[in-house]
Amino acid sequence: MKQGRKFEIWMGASVLLILICALTALCMGQFHIELSRVMRELFIEHGNDNVHTTLYNIRIPRILMSLLAGAGLAASGAAFQSLFSNPLATPDTLGVANGASFGAALGLLLGGNAFAVQGTALFFGIMAVLLVFLVMKGMGPSNPSMLMVILAGMVISSLFSALVSLIKYVADPQDVLPVITFWLMGRFSGVTRKSLLVSLPLIGGGTAMIFLLRFRLNALSLSEEEALSMGVNLKRVRALVIGAAAMTTAAVVSVCGVIGWVGLLIPHIARMLFGNDNRYVVPASVTFGALFMLIVDTLARCVNAAEIPVSILTAVIGAPVFILLLRKSGGIRG
Amino acid sequence: MSIEVNAGTFSYRKEKLLLQDISFSIGSGEILAILGPNGVGKTTLMKCLLGFLPWQSGMTSLDGTDIRAMKGRKLWQQVAYVPQARQNTFSYHVEDMVLLGRSPYLGDFSMPGKKDREIAEQAMELAGVTHLIGKSCSQLSGGELQLVLIARALAAEPSYLVLDEPESGLDFRNQLVVLDLVERLSREKNMTVILNTHYPDHALRVSDQVLLLFGQGIYQFGRTEGMLTAEHMRALFGVDIAVWREMSGEKEYTAVIPLEILPSKGEDRWINH
Repeated sequence: MKQGRKFEIWMGASVLLILICALTALCMGQFHIELSRVMRELFIEHGNDNVHTTLYNIRIPRILMSLLAGAGLAASGAAFQSLFSNPLATPDTLGVANGASFGAALGLLLGGNAFAVQGTALFFGIMAVLLVFLVMKGMGPSNPSMLMVILAGMVISSLFSALVSLIKYVADPQDVLPVITFWLMGRFSGVTRKSLLVSLPLIGGGTAMIFLLRFRLNALSLSEEEALSMGVNLKRVRALVIGAAAMTTAAVVSVCGVIGWVGLLIPHIARMLFGNDNRYVVPASVTFGALFMLIVDTLARCVNAAEIPVSILTAVIGAPVFILLLRKSGGIRG
Repeated sequence: MSIEVNAGTFSYRKEKLLLQDISFSIGSGEILAILGPNGVGKTTLMKCLLGFLPWQSGMTSLDGTDIRAMKGRKLWQQVAYVPQARQNTFSYHVEDMVLLGRSPYLGDFSMPGKKDREIAEQAMELAGVTHLIGKSCSQLSGGELQLVLIARALAAEPSYLVLDEPESGLDFRNQLVVLDLVERLSREKNMTVILNTHYPDHALRVSDQVLLLFGQGIYQFGRTEGMLTAEHMRALFGVDIAVWREMSGEKEYTAVIPLEILPSKGEDRWINH
């Protein structure tokens, strides 16, 4: 099978590239670490100096987090696009990102430490999607159409967006407001071993769930009746997909802030290369998303002495890459 | 092996009767055509029949078992549904689309395997679409897409095939390709087929039984030759109709010619039976 062969080659190449980029990223930063030293730290002996601390407390958690975040956001985007049969759907479609943003802003306003902020962000991110379910329940016992789910998501999303504005409005413009604003633009600088450990099971679990459901996602992207006639338990599978994507997104936003574009751009790159079959799109989104996020974050911390917010870079790099790919592939394959 | 609807009733609004006390039963290898004017509830009947919409009273049963009591996947291993051909937001390659027909045999977390691909290939052969392998569904003509959707249904190896207006929007040749395929599946593979159609000619050509929906909850069910008469067709469509028979070789063909629109007699348009 030609398609399968092409897919394998791309997957192999991107995994290899991830390894190379991760090693490079370990060397780069505020102060340069020789590759030989990095290798020795990783595989042979642990030193007891700045280098060790930098690698194990800062760079490794941060690199792992960027890989996880990119993989999770891209997989969630791909899942939502199929679930809603809508190529413009993103992981934020149901208001998870705005809910989590509100939680983080609230945590920052109340002067919580990093861990507390992660907690409130996670809580309100999950809360947002539960509210969407609640709104759907309030509309009646019948099976809601996916369009109504999107609408409910938009309502909840804009509600939380207004609440974020409210917090920014009341926040002290001298110290708290800049922190909130910077946080909302997304960054990996706050990643610690602890925050990584909290989010790892959530992002990993959510992404794994989407990966496992990838063949079902194909059936979900068809009309509701077709999906039913394929023996798909719509209620259960939809809840699983929404739950997995929401958990992933909330966990990413709670640590890294809002990172746009990845959830939209990466799945479409995968679609351009392999078509719409989610057996290819989901795994390709995972690896491409991880690679893209790692590169973006490495640039964000190395290009300038002061860090550049990731959301700015994802768009600035993402847009031209996307246009280039569109030209090369002759558009999104139907 | 039979599919049966027992006193099925459904309407979207209380004041407007759509389907009332509909009962019919067809045995294995038979073809049932559902006929009626636009908006009379043909598609709704099909949705209720398959459980996409809940009967307000009555039930659909398969070999005597209420389909609501059947586990989703079990049901769809026996009954396959072919929707009207239309392009989806995300289009898949023909072979992947057909492979989706294997879904009722797969758990939520499983992938189709070699055996599933082989069965999908046989289904494509049966439906005559192997030459389309490698193409994207978005590149297909209406007729080709319809055949691919039938192949997808066949990949589930069903005993019952339910098709929603399978020949609508197709040219003469493709209409016959689809109808011949449906007929072959019923005669050779002993599949029970239920289809909606706008064309009485097509019902006369392939179906053993017809179900005529006159509106206001009135229906007739019976063997095609006795039931699909000129008189009934007039009442059904509100159009004066001539029936033309043509012998070609050994076979007799029937054409239905719509002559003039009949003056509407309001509520009493249908005949007394």
